Amino acid sequence: MAKSVLLISRHAPWAGSDAGEALDIALAAGAFDLPLSILFMDDGVLQLLEQQLPRMLEQKDLSANLQALPMFGIEQLYVAQQCLNLRGLGDSCLAIAAERLDDQHIQQLLRQYDYVVTL
Amino acid sequence: MKFVISVLSSSNAPSTRRALRFAQAVLAAGHDIVRVFFYQDGVLTASNNLVVAQDQQDIAKQWQAFIAEHELDAVVCIAAALRRGVLDHSEAQRYQRDTVNLAEGYQLSGLGQLHDALQQADRFISFGGE
Repeated sequence: MAKSVLLISRHAPWAGSDAGEALDIALAAGAFDLPLSILFMDDGVLQLLEQQLPRMLEQKDLSANLQALPMFGIEQLYVAQQCLNLRGLGDSCLAIAAERLDDQHIQQLLRQYDYVVTL
Repeated sequence: MKFVISVLSSSNAPSTRRALRFAQAVLAAGHDIVRVFFYQDGVLTASNNLVVAQDQQDIAKQWQAFIAEHELDAVVCIAAALRRGVLDHSEAQRYQRDTVNLAEGYQLSGLGQLHDALQQADRFISFGGE
């Protein structure tokens, strides 16, 4: 059986190339049909918000790539509820469907994968 | 034990020095390194245009020597490298750039090479941040 990867994406969408480069790891796994899930933590949770206007920062829209993940076979997206709460976004609507996990469930999640990659 | 090591920060970052020391320790302990994968600013370690003052450690050069000595599979993410100005012969030709600066011993390739290595390995450790 193929070894699985949990990718933890921890950077804001428009703060340099981290968020995009994390996403590229996911898309590459999808292209090779390998099991990978993404957990959004810290400022990475900001990638999931609705109504972003990247063009005002002269940036390319990442959300289209995020929305394409299911087409690449990346269907399991998770978000750390505590990280949303800390940013005053606890009840926010997310543009991308992600399962909200508390810290205890994140601990369990980390044990389910062969590898954890944090970007 | 088979290891994959990824390097995510530039050669000036302490984490890139720690990555090298870790890799040396892996081999010294009798384990194998399936592949070293350079991604994000880690690709800058593979540039042979770095010039380091004589009284400072040249970690990029040490990485290059380590890779050569052990004939390691050292892959540099091509997309990350291009956007940071690290080019091999064919990319310099393709994009009509004057400078070829990918150091010897490294290969430009895609992120698929990271996933391919992970499938063959037992352990993956990445070095990024500071």
